[in-house]
Amino acid sequence: MWFKATESCNCIEPQWPADELLVKYQYISDFFIALAYFSIPLELIYFVKKSAVFPYRWVLVQFGAFIVLCGATHLINLWTFTVHTRTVAMVMTAAKVLTAVVSCATALMLVHIIPDLLSVKTRELFLKNKAAELDREMGLIRTQEETGRHVRMLTHEIRSTLDRHTILKTTLIELGRTLALEECALWMPTRTGLELQLAYTLRQQNPVGYTVPIHLPVINQVFSSNRAVKISPNCPVARLRPHTGKYLPGEVVAVRVPLLNLSNFQIYDWPEVSTRSYALMVLMLPSDSARQWHVHELELVEVVADQETELTAEQRLMVETILKSSNLLATLINDVLDLSRLEDGSLQLETTTFSLHSVFREVLNLIKPVASVKRLSLTLHLASDLPAYAVGDEKRLMQTILNVVGNAVKFSKEGSISITAIVAKPESFKDARIPEFLPVPSDSHFYLRVQVKDSGSGINPQDIPKLFTKFAQSQAVQTKGPAGSGLGLAICRRFVNLMEGHIWIESEGIGKGCTVTFIVKLGIPDRPNESKLAFAPKVPGNHVSTNFGGLKVLVMDDNGVNRSVTKGLLLHLGCDVTTAGSSEECLRIISPEHRVVFMDVCTGLDGYELAIRIQEKFKKRQDRPLIVALTGNTNKVTKENCMRVGMDGLILKPVSVDKMRGVLSELLEHRVLFEAI
Amino acid sequence: MDVVTQMQRQLIQYTSSLFQEFNQLQQLQDESNPEFVVEVVTLFFEDAERLLNELSKSLQVEQESIDFRKVDAQVHQLKGSSSSIGAQRVQRVCIAFRNFCEQQNVEGCLKSLQEIKQEYSLVKTKLETLFKMEKQLFAARGSISR
Repeated sequence: MWFKATESCNCIEPQWPADELLVKYQYISDFFIALAYFSIPLELIYFVKKSAVFPYRWVLVQFGAFIVLCGATHLINLWTFTVHTRTVAMVMTAAKVLTAVVSCATALMLVHIIPDLLSVKTRELFLKNKAAELDREMGLIRTQEETGRHVRMLTHEIRSTLDRHTILKTTLIELGRTLALEECALWMPTRTGLELQLAYTLRQQNPVGYTVPIHLPVINQVFSSNRAVKISPNCPVARLRPHTGKYLPGEVVAVRVPLLNLSNFQIYDWPEVSTRSYALMVLMLPSDSARQWHVHELELVEVVADQETELTAEQRLMVETILKSSNLLATLINDVLDLSRLEDGSLQLETTTFSLHSVFREVLNLIKPVASVKRLSLTLHLASDLPAYAVGDEKRLMQTILNVVGNAVKFSKEGSISITAIVAKPESFKDARIPEFLPVPSDSHFYLRVQVKDSGSGINPQDIPKLFTKFAQSQAVQTKGPAGSGLGLAICRRFVNLMEGHIWIESEGIGKGCTVTFIVKLGIPDRPNESKLAFAPKVPGNHVSTNFGGLKVLVMDDNGVNRSVTKGLLLHLGCDVTTAGSSEECLRIISPEHRVVFMDVCTGLDGYELAIRIQEKFKKRQDRPLIVALTGNTNKVTKENCMRVGMDGLILKPVSVDKMRGVLSELLEHRVLFEAI
Repeated sequence: MDVVTQMQRQLIQYTSSLFQEFNQLQQLQDESNPEFVVEVVTLFFEDAERLLNELSKSLQVEQESIDFRKVDAQVHQLKGSSSSIGAQRVQRVCIAFRNFCEQQNVEGCLKSLQEIKQEYSLVKTKLETLFKMEKQLFAARGSISR
């Protein structure tokens, strides 16, 4: 009710009259300001609700309050243009005061906020930069991976065949495809070696026989390093296709390709490649493109070109292994073929005269390395009445013995394996296992009985019958030993049966070792064959002094007395003795003519070293003399050391004449003799 | 003739009274190697005497500075030689000597050295007697055959 009289209503008069133009404009402006001031917070609230990440909500509240109050102030101002009551004035004052407070608070707060807001922007920029950098790196890694994959694929393609032409053609094609080359060519050295001839190109199907001399400076530069070298497109090797002068030729790169010159591989006989010959591979990028050779592309080219390099020692070893394995595989396959022939009875034994001792010796030689790696001791006892020569199938007999001994070694983790071979006599033959089998020797044949005893994992007696079954393996056998095909014993039994014999296994149980025995019938040769050995004793095991007929031996002992005694001993037995007083002297005078070297190993490690050096000196085993240790040490370590360095024998001192005679006989027949300690 | 046979018998008896391994050594002597035994034994004497001298020298130094390894090596050599010609007693004392060396027992070593010297002189005497008898026999034979 503000139309009352001014005195009684306690109203305030505005300063200016209400109907002036200026006041009218002020009035309108105030109205609009108030409108705006009320709608801005509403808009802010609306947008803040929309965005979730704005972190300064309370700032907005403050701001909103400030704006609202400002608006209120201006709104209330509308009433003060005309006469108004004191209440309105009071409300107006209150609003103004509040507005002042809030606005000052907001101003102060903004001082804190604005730097933060600004730094948000800088952080955003920083993160954007980092993201761009990461993207770039990811791109690089991906390219490298692609390159790696390409190289692998290429290598795979190249290695899928052994034909050199295919390899080279594939190389060119794949490289061309991977690197999107315009042209890729291979220049091979001619037979004279003085020129390079264009051998293969990617695009041109029939390359005309361009040749370039090999001693161009650019070619030498490429051949002198294994890197891919950028060469000028104008040099003779790069002028592969006629192009008109208008187009800018793409960048050209050349790399050397080493050529393998070995024509045939032989184990132990690698020819040394002293002069390397190289082929030249030229790669051309598409002309008219701005493409340049990237580092990773060059690397790819280098790796591919380097495929055919000289074999390192490691690779040589691998190739040898491949050769040996494939031989072995061939043998195994033959075994299976044999078995199938055995099955249908079409296998026939061959009959030849052969040396029994050499069969056992060969088996021992083959098994010795495996046994010594497993630290198993191998002993062989051949009965003295065993004929030196027999008639039968040598190969199959050796296979049988080898298989049996091999099994013994395979299934023993430690201990010893003993092989005994005697002539089976009917009266001493009391094996209850095969009562129906009675070996009756006659003038034309005898029965050989071989027994292999091992101290290995043993076999459960119940499993024994299954052992001879083809392809069957008992559980225990499978878990303990390496995987085998299970054919071995089955084949052995067939062979033994064919030789009119018997084979059987005895074992007291798991862990108690195992004994395999077999008896086979062999013929006695009509007349004694010529001895393969030069020094066969005339009457073995006799006290008649055996003459070793000028057998050349070398005696190494640093003790003069011992040397003389040993020398005298050997002279007495008819040998041709040379002596050496030291390892150096021994190595100097040793020659392939010496059949046996006796060396004293009482004096520390000298003897062992000497044994190793002698073995190094004579690469082929048959050339080198047998190395026998003489020692007074009766301890196992000495014996093991001797076996480990590859010595062929060990004898304990003192050595009598008879002992030496026996030793020499045994050595020459079996090529091995380790006296039991 | 009678003298010769008698001498021969004496020689045989004497020889068989010697250490058995010595007989082995004798077996090695034959027409192709007539002086074998003498050569070997002489070698042994030289070797042994040298070793014994060296051993005495090695053990005469101050107790702390005795090089037992060297002594052991020398005894080992002597042991080897004596076993080759079959002088078992010498060999046995050598083994004992080596044990003392291992224990670094100086007294024991000195005692063993004395024993070795005694045994060695015994062996030497015996072998020298043997050679003398052989020489006499050879001379007697030779004179008779003339």
